[in-house]
Amino acid sequence: MSIRVRVNGVEQELDVDPEMPLLWALRDVLGLTGTKYGCGQALCGACSVHLDGQVVRACVTPIRRADGREVTTIEGLSPDGGHPLQRAWVELGVPQCGFCQSGQLMCAAALLAKKPQPTDADIDQSLAGNLCRCGTYTRIRAAVKKAAGVPDSK
Amino acid sequence: MIRALPVLASVVLLAGAGGCRRQPDSDAARWESLPPVDARDLRPLDVFQRIEDPAQRSRALFLETSRVYLHPRCSNCHPDGDSPYQDSGETLHNPPVTRGPEDKGVVGMECTGCHQEKNLELARVPGAPNWHVAPRSMAWVGKSPRELCEQLKDPERNGGKTLAQLVEHNAHDALVGWGWAPGSGRQPAPGTQAQFGALVAAWVATGAQCPSEEARP
Ligand code: FES
Ligand code: FES
Repeated sequence: MSIRVRVNGVEQELDVDPEMPLLWALRDVLGLTGTKYGCGQALCGACSVHLDGQVVRACVTPIRRADGREVTTIEGLSPDGGHPLQRAWVELGVPQCGFCQSGQLMCAAALLAKKPQPTDADIDQSLAGNLCRCGTYTRIRAAVKKAAGVPDSK
Repeated sequence: MIRALPVLASVVLLAGAGGCRRQPDSDAARWESLPPVDARDLRPLDVFQRIEDPAQRSRALFLETSRVYLHPRCSNCHPDGDSPYQDSGETLHNPPVTRGPEDKGVVGMECTGCHQEKNLELARVPGAPNWHVAPRSMAWVGKSPRELCEQLKDPERNGGKTLAQLVEHNAHDALVGWGWAPGSGRQPAPGTQAQFGALVAAWVATGAQCPSEEARP
């Protein structure tokens, strides 16, 4: 079955099994390896991407669900790495190993798109499912607040 | 609830040992006259016909349906807080989700970010159409069958439904139906959705009576 999906603004036609996880299509078919495979069971958030602006976990999203829709991955978050979150991430040196970070960023970007001035509780709730084995959580929260222009009083 | 059971059992034993002469309430007596049933099944509708008094029959019917409502496949997503439960109902949903303003999660952690419109056997993620958590007003966890019964008759706490709509919802809603086809080795709710719907309809037809506070299925 042929799936038509717009990925990072580019129309793609994929001749794949409609049950193929979106993550496989992105990484193995389209070569977009910025989105990571952590658990494959919707438990870690490493594979978070946007489907029509909503965060979905690509490891459990069959590609057929993306048919006729728009997918944004970390590669498409900004043309040049200049999204306010990406800049804050660099300024605060958020990543350690980096494996979880594209998922963290995609989730944080969806949060800011909906709530430009998030509270600590908003950030914690929205990012609660994005695990970081290196424990960069406090830097992540600080960087989200920096990108949003929310003063970090702590 | 589950942890409380051994405690309740020992209270009953102690009461017995102390020579307490409390009569079993009539609901319980009626209940004992029904044939035993496997935990995976529901008693068929016709066995309730042996209870002559319609009000008594209604109470017995409700107790039977409470085995579905309060089964973890159903009650896990009618939680008493802001997060659903999983498995046998003693652990909170992992990842740690919260209900959000419309009971569909918060931005970045929406229910449908992971749950598809059907079960995903590959990753063991359960799915059904319109996957969401019941509103707080419709919390069932920790309720007795009687409390649940009163709640289900109250449109303020049953999602604004008439009893006829409640029957229809229980008998045919696809998300309710997931409880009997949960996939990936999860224990389904007892019986079938059709049986459950018929029992709820019979409960309504007999006056939608509620059992006593102490009555348990
Ligand atoms: S890889 Fe998808 S949630 Fe872990
Ligand atoms: S930076 Fe290593 S897992 Fe998050």
